[in-house]
Amino acid sequence: MRNQTNIAAPSDDKRWKLVEATMRRNGYRPDALIETLHTVQESFGYLDDESLQYVARKLRVASSQVYGVATFYHFFTLKPQGKHVCAVCTGTACYIKGAEKLIEEVHDNYGITPGQTTPDGELSLVTVRCVGACGLAPAVVLDGETHGNMKPGQMSKELETAINKTGSAEPVSHTAIPEVMPQ
Amino acid sequence: MTLYDDLRSMADTEHEKERRYGYCLRVCTAAACVSQHSDSIKKAFDAEVKARGLDEQIQVKGVGCMGLCAAGPLVMIDPVRDNTLGPTLYEKVTVEDVPEIVDALAQKQVVERLERKMDIPFFQRQVRIVLENSGIIDPENVDDYIAADGYQAFSHALTSMSPADVVKEITASGLRGRGGGGYPTGLKWSTVAKASGDVKYVICNADEGDPGAFMDRSVLESDPHRVLEGMCIAAYAIGASKGYVYVRAEYPLAIDRLKTALKQAKRKNLLGHSILNTEFDFDIEIRLGAGAFVCGEETALMASVEGRRGQPRPRPPYPSDHGLWGKPTLVNNVESYANVATILRKGADWFAGIGTEKSKGTKVFALAGQIENTGLIEVPMGVTLREIVYDIGGGTPQGTELKAIQTGGPSGGCIPADLIDLPVDYESLVKAGSFMGSGGMIIIDNTADMVNVAKYFMDFCKSESCGKCIPCRVGTAHMYNLIDKIDRGQATHADLDLLLSLCDLVANTSLCGLGKASPNAILSTLRVFRNEYEAKLLDGHVGAQPEAK
Repeated sequence: MRNQTNIAAPSDDKRWKLVEATMRRNGYRPDALIETLHTVQESFGYLDDESLQYVARKLRVASSQVYGVATFYHFFTLKPQGKHVCAVCTGTACYIKGAEKLIEEVHDNYGITPGQTTPDGELSLVTVRCVGACGLAPAVVLDGETHGNMKPGQMSKELETAINKTGSAEPVSHTAIPEVMPQ
Repeated sequence: MTLYDDLRSMADTEHEKERRYGYCLRVCTAAACVSQHSDSIKKAFDAEVKARGLDEQIQVKGVGCMGLCAAGPLVMIDPVRDNTLGPTLYEKVTVEDVPEIVDALAQKQVVERLERKMDIPFFQRQVRIVLENSGIIDPENVDDYIAADGYQAFSHALTSMSPADVVKEITASGLRGRGGGGYPTGLKWSTVAKASGDVKYVICNADEGDPGAFMDRSVLESDPHRVLEGMCIAAYAIGASKGYVYVRAEYPLAIDRLKTALKQAKRKNLLGHSILNTEFDFDIEIRLGAGAFVCGEETALMASVEGRRGQPRPRPPYPSDHGLWGKPTLVNNVESYANVATILRKGADWFAGIGTEKSKGTKVFALAGQIENTGLIEVPMGVTLREIVYDIGGGTPQGTELKAIQTGGPSGGCIPADLIDLPVDYESLVKAGSFMGSGGMIIIDNTADMVNVAKYFMDFCKSESCGKCIPCRVGTAHMYNLIDKIDRGQATHADLDLLLSLCDLVANTSLCGLGKASPNAILSTLRVFRNEYEAKLLDGHVGAQPEAK
């Protein structure tokens, strides 16, 4: 009955095979929607309209429902992320120990607020709910690696190192980089 | 001989091999230590021990959380056959320290500069049931779990207990839901067991959403089979053939360990068809959450497992008769399941002998915030907050004073420092204006601004509101605006009164627990720290005394 094999993937990008595999493993059941979106985001970094449409048709779920799910959950993002992602944990322990100062610092240096990416696509700033590293509060997950006990200043250095490692340019120029000052 | 005896003897043979080592060197590989590179430390130990030809004498093992996360990465050396050196704990170990530690061990000495003495209350005051294997067994090796009496209770239940016996035993133990509410687990099980229908489901709620809580993550990373065994026993008791673990996508390591554990359990026929040569079939699947706090609420969680937006629905009907896909469903928290196997193994009376009259057993807490010994602890119900904060936790950092203890996450409240002798059990915490919650315990010292803390939680509730019911969706937004206005020093008493009436409205008219409990942070701080609110009001009484409690 459920013959969805004739619906072709949006492109011949090999990553669609991973997405297809998740759907097949779940028997193309509509309840596999969240699992499938996880695979799409893992493979492509974000969910675009085309991928949402494709998943909707494959799983026979209304596009509105797919869009509803994709926008409901914080974990899913509909925008491409920057080359580097700086995720500041805003769990209670990190908050008590000054996570807000870290967010302010990124804003001062790069001109972005949580959820934004620098215009050159280098750095995205996001806040995440408790990453469970409360022993290391305040914690920052920089490109997937957890850095604990972050102090303002120290984080700027880590960010610069990460960005410069890929041989890329300096922090965005529209805001001057202030000297690192202890707060 | 049952199949379990086979499994057990295989595991024991493995264990026999382990007994030939002189020492066992355990490296913590749970998230907090891994984020400080304990995985490379373990590799370095492996290489170092091998390079020196000591691999016959020293066993290097990756284990789960040892609890004292603040001092990580932790390495524990336990004597096995050689008793020259007692158990030694090393803290803040780096890859560079590895040769020195192995050197010292080879000469039966201790590296004093890294040693963390273990005769401190942090280790001595704990009673470990849920965490009994954490930091001891290898979470990625099912044989390690079996050798530690793992799956024995499940096998015993399958072969010599009726499902009704199992429910009776859990009821008699007095176990209550560890997710926060404290609903009697046995009663929940018997309701689902009695529900009609041949398809039933078991769900494990591992969507640990409270900021500052990491108990469930730690249990899943350190001893995943314990949770699976609890689910298996529950499935047998209520007659379910399918289970789901709903786990946060933010916990990649826990998910990995869980996947490994599932694979191993299937291979050993502890899951699947005709489990352990009986007629019982049961299988477990993992479902990933996607970052929605409301999915900790059981009806929202089930909507999410079904692949929909995680929005709660009114209860009744309760999940026990109309749950996942309309079928009777049992939803319990990770820690509740983690208690089950031990209760069956050691008996309901043994479990009921721990704790207080109404709160039995132990509770795992994640200690965080302004406290010396950040980490994971398990204490018997009924210990006082003083014992937790000062004895086990080591008190607040030097030079500061304890101001409040926040429990129960965003739905909980702040307990003021003068209630420090409060016993920790379900009823006492509710009386103090907070609640047990899943086990996050944030220590707040006198450097914190309580209005700001309440604002933080209000911000959390506002952004996590799922939007289904108006009181919560609109109410939390306005409550946030009002408390923000107070925090910025632009509000008057009229604003505070408006905020209080909104608190009342939202608490009484919201659809689910998230909305109903969202005013708690404001109410509990206002009750005790009213002077801090007053000080920020334009027409406030600066220096006003806190209201009598």
